[in-house]
Amino acid sequence: MKTASSLLLAALAIVLVPMLLPAFYVTLAGYIGLATLVALGLVLLTGISGQTSFGQASFVGLAAYSTTLLTKLAGMPPIIGLLVGLVVTGSVAWLLGLITARLSGHFLALVSVAWGMSFFSLFGTLPLLHGFNGIGDIPPLTLGPLSAADQRVNLSVILTVVAIVMVMSANLLDSRMGRAMRTLNGARLMGASMGIDTVWLSRHVLVIAALYAGLAGFLFAHFQRFVSPTSFGLGTSIDYLFMVIIGGAEWLWGAPVGAALVVVLRDQFNDWIPRLTGRAGDFEALVFSLVVIVLLQRAPEGLLPLMARLRREKPVAHPEEVDDVTPASVAACVPPGAELLAVEAVTRNFGGLAAVRDVSFAVCANEIVALIGPNGAGKTTLFNVISGVMAPSAGTVRLFGAPSVHLRPHRIAALGVARSFQHVRLLGRRSVLENIALGAHLTGRAGLLRSMLRLDRAEESALLEQARLQAKRLGLGGLLDRRAGDLPLGQQRVVEIARALCVRPRLLLLDEPAAGLRLLEMQHLACLLRQLRAEGMGVLLVEHDMDFVMGLADRIVVMDFGQKIAEGPPEQVQSDPAVMEAYLGTVA
Amino acid sequence: MNSFIFFALLQDGVTTGAIYLLLAIGLLIVFSVTRVIFVPQGDLLAFGALTAASLQSGHVPGTLWLLDGMSALALLASLRHGAWRGAIAWGVYPLVLTLAARLLAPLQQPAVSILLALAIITPMGPLIWRFAFRPVADASVLALLIIAMALHFVLNGLGLVFFGPEEASAPALTDASFDLGQLNVSGQSICVLASCAILVAGLRWFFGATIHGKALRAAASDRLGARLVGIDAGASGALAFALAAFIAALAGVLIGAITPLSYDSGFDIGLKGFVAAIMGGLASFPLAAAGALLVGVLESLGSFWASAYRDVIVFTLLIPVLVWLSLRAGSDEERA
Repeated sequence: MKTASSLLLAALAIVLVPMLLPAFYVTLAGYIGLATLVALGLVLLTGISGQTSFGQASFVGLAAYSTTLLTKLAGMPPIIGLLVGLVVTGSVAWLLGLITARLSGHFLALVSVAWGMSFFSLFGTLPLLHGFNGIGDIPPLTLGPLSAADQRVNLSVILTVVAIVMVMSANLLDSRMGRAMRTLNGARLMGASMGIDTVWLSRHVLVIAALYAGLAGFLFAHFQRFVSPTSFGLGTSIDYLFMVIIGGAEWLWGAPVGAALVVVLRDQFNDWIPRLTGRAGDFEALVFSLVVIVLLQRAPEGLLPLMARLRREKPVAHPEEVDDVTPASVAACVPPGAELLAVEAVTRNFGGLAAVRDVSFAVCANEIVALIGPNGAGKTTLFNVISGVMAPSAGTVRLFGAPSVHLRPHRIAALGVARSFQHVRLLGRRSVLENIALGAHLTGRAGLLRSMLRLDRAEESALLEQARLQAKRLGLGGLLDRRAGDLPLGQQRVVEIARALCVRPRLLLLDEPAAGLRLLEMQHLACLLRQLRAEGMGVLLVEHDMDFVMGLADRIVVMDFGQKIAEGPPEQVQSDPAVMEAYLGTVA
Repeated sequence: MNSFIFFALLQDGVTTGAIYLLLAIGLLIVFSVTRVIFVPQGDLLAFGALTAASLQSGHVPGTLWLLDGMSALALLASLRHGAWRGAIAWGVYPLVLTLAARLLAPLQQPAVSILLALAIITPMGPLIWRFAFRPVADASVLALLIIAMALHFVLNGLGLVFFGPEEASAPALTDASFDLGQLNVSGQSICVLASCAILVAGLRWFFGATIHGKALRAAASDRLGARLVGIDAGASGALAFALAAFIAALAGVLIGAITPLSYDSGFDIGLKGFVAAIMGGLASFPLAAAGALLVGVLESLGSFWASAYRDVIVFTLLIPVLVWLSLRAGSDEERA
């Protein structure tokens, strides 16, 4: 019912707004719509995925010139111009993504400045494109017998496209892929450990943003019916970025808000500042940029969240659910006692320092192994080697019988290995449920397109159900809608464990899971780990709490200064002289 | 192309390459200490050249009033926080400098104009840090980058107000030139290379032997750790920005004597410095130096063969470098 009425409202707006607006505002609204499209791509790219592009205008330009050449010079129908334009922008973005996706965010930003400049000067110098004189008289949009020579019809088309893209983007964000995208923003390692191919994903988010820009470029060419390089320069790219920053980079609605503000303000500044100062110049850019700087300092999240705060959301009451601790069966069936993990003579050097030296041990199914040792013993480094974050300098790691050191973390997660982190890595501003559901990423198959078209619902609800189940199992049932960052540290750790269980691992790696837990929570955790062991899981945990470890582990591996100094059942390790020396100093 | 043209182009390329190297060094210092990608460095370069040019023609440049204005704001801010030492610096320095500029500008001596220009532009670095970046020093690299971009437009706009749209040349240190075989070597080119060498040597000494330099290096390698041992993050940021502004102004007066600059020529030059810095992976000075010379020479040769595509060539140069960086990033360390 709600969707139907909002659909009707949107349709009415798309038809009525262009009819009612005076001619000047029709054009202005058209530009706002086009800018919104580009800005929506940047929300996904910058706000959600934490990558910045200063080159979006060149994508707009690529598509605009593509359709111009095909429709004006080759006389083809606009639909061909659209398709070719999208293919061109998409492939260029894909190639650029190929070379930047592995590098950290600011590299993409710098490279985008370079490609923005390159395309700008190409647009200006290629003889085919008529240089800075531009190309005019581009034919209007046509579809069969329909022609959109009237700007009002054009505006309707633009608004329709904006609405569709907006809905598709919202669908995307509310999906498995949308959650995965959020890990690209400063939590890549965590995302990869949940099985997300972060390199693939960041490349494809760039492609999506470029396609949005390409769509805007196509419409722009047929709306303005004139293209010249000046519309696609670095300054324009930066304007798009400003829109997103001003509106609120993390919110889809920030795109239209920011686009409207920037387009209208620019227009007004162009009118007023020369009148006030009596001279033309870059004043409007100057004032505008100062506004942006102050805004970024005072409201780094943009205007939309400020406005949302004013509207005051009613807190939703959640009844404390009774936790149901029926075990969910571990998906993978492993023969009891089979060797899951074998660390074989692993060494890892950092420069001249050997953080891990020649360490070997194994973890089997139905077994809890604890890795202990003083601070700096190399436990976390070893964890990173096992989970594929680092390659060992020497030695090898076998997972489920096959060597795994050449695999990236997301491939290792796909094998059935889940981990938690010593320093909790959650998406602090997202709900507990969303965070746990990240672990179920590999359970789903839906890609970007299926998520955008909402064809992933059955799978998505199964996936969320899985997340709810694990949450309940760990006693988080009543906290599902809370922001993960608002929980006390102990509970955040439990969220991490729930997330790891969502991976349905055969081998579970826990880095200090009991740190920050209260006694009751710790008992609950120990009980859960025993249950998992009974189900056939192998658990490797790094832990400092000796009571917790001694009561729980089947076997203990002790490390000191990067080397294994002892291994065996708890009682034996406790009385081992080498261990006592490492922990208590030399026994005289 | 005969060997004569080739060597002339090479000389050109090495000279501009040296300028890019200076800019790359400034960028690396600022980035490694504060994580700010200092886009407006190019604008400060143009400021440096045009300030020297306008002093040389006997005028007091608008950049001086900008400095006075910003210093006054910094003075008020320091007084409000009761920081008297800062107050003295921001009060006395611009006063002395303004007097000096008024008295000395009419002399129209190249060396005086250049020194005054350096003295005017250098403190703008810490002032920019103080007002634009320090309030949000912990923001993400991207947020800082966007502020830097916005700042570029601010300085660009101010440049137009101060200097108008016309191009101007900075005073040359020397107009001597000599013949080396067939090749005519200009004295200014030698000055550029010599200044570059002196600056690099000076920075080596500064970072290797002085307490402030070592503090900067500490802040660059571990921000939190540096703070814990008592290195003031605000002060090291200010120092890094001062160095970068000085380098930019120096590059400006050097290149401004060879090519006339206008208020908006700085950005392009700054970008080439970026290309060089990125070649060094934003971390390595020697690689950045090699990159800078490569960019300069390629640009110079490119402008001979296909001048319209000069910039495209330079920026396309980034691609193989990034592929390499990307492969390296893929094979080691954080593989996520």
